Amino acid sequence: MHDHPHDHDGDDHGPHRPHPGPRPDADDTLSYYQVMEIAVRELLIEKGVLSAEAVRREIEKMDARSPAQGARVVARAWNDPAFKARLLQLGNDALVDLGLERGPYKLVVVENTPDVHNVVVCTLCSCYPRWLLGLPPDWYKSRNYRSRAVREPRAVLREFGLELRDEVTVRVHDSTADMRYLVLPARPAGTAGWSEEQLATLVTRDCMIGVAVPKAESTGVNQ
Amino acid sequence: MGGLPAGRVEATQHEYALWEKRGDALLVLLSAAGRMTVDELRKNIEVLGPDAYDRMSYYERWIHSISQTLIQRGVITMDELGRRMSAVEARHQDESR
Repeated sequence: MHDHPHDHDGDDHGPHRPHPGPRPDADDTLSYYQVMEIAVRELLIEKGVLSAEAVRREIEKMDARSPAQGARVVARAWNDPAFKARLLQLGNDALVDLGLERGPYKLVVVENTPDVHNVVVCTLCSCYPRWLLGLPPDWYKSRNYRSRAVREPRAVLREFGLELRDEVTVRVHDSTADMRYLVLPARPAGTAGWSEEQLATLVTRDCMIGVAVPKAESTGVNQ
Repeated sequence: MGGLPAGRVEATQHEYALWEKRGDALLVLLSAAGRMTVDELRKNIEVLGPDAYDRMSYYERWIHSISQTLIQRGVITMDELGRRMSAVEARHQDESR
């Protein structure tokens, strides 16, 4: 009488249907998990747990977030020592000064100095300061990055093209569900007198994860 | 997996597909509504085991975990989900015919 799947046999986790496996994504076929997403969402909407409108708004917010927000924060910190002090001390509370979204999790900003370089990882999953950087890139979520960043960070950084002097201390910060890190990179030489807008153009996503450092010569901004 | 040996980090990224964003939005909204926690998301991913973990993509693992959590919490039933998935698939096949 139950034609439904998966009760207590333990090693299976979904409704029984032709099993997923990697299946090519064609325009006219939905993958098993795409079908699952549609089904779950429809059921939740029918049960009044959430609305289609709320899902749409959430996606709009997601699309609006990008590393540009983080770059503004970094540029302001470079130009405004009082803001930088608040940012390092308070995290999220300092973002309000720039009219930015206050993140849902504790934010810890770690500062690169001539002696210390910071790198961020989430070894458990993919925790990331999305409200400042948007959705994480695939490599941040990859097994290879998550496994090795904590054991051999210098080798990992080299794979990103970043070679650090031996004297520089590398600090690796492992994010959690409740706490997210943002790297405050060192301000590049040759940028004295630059506006915040100009400075922000130097600050990439990878600089704020700590797998790159900003360089003034990498843009066409005139001094 | 922190600290385990693994291969070279390839600087991969892709544009997220709409269904992936919807799956992400579901978790955000369910968390905000107190219907699911990030710990449940992770727990139901971790029980997948290494093979399934590696075979499935990131958001495949998420939607699987979200479904499992909602079933465990009694928000939806396995039966409802199976039936609805069949209906969605049938509808889609009709549409693309």
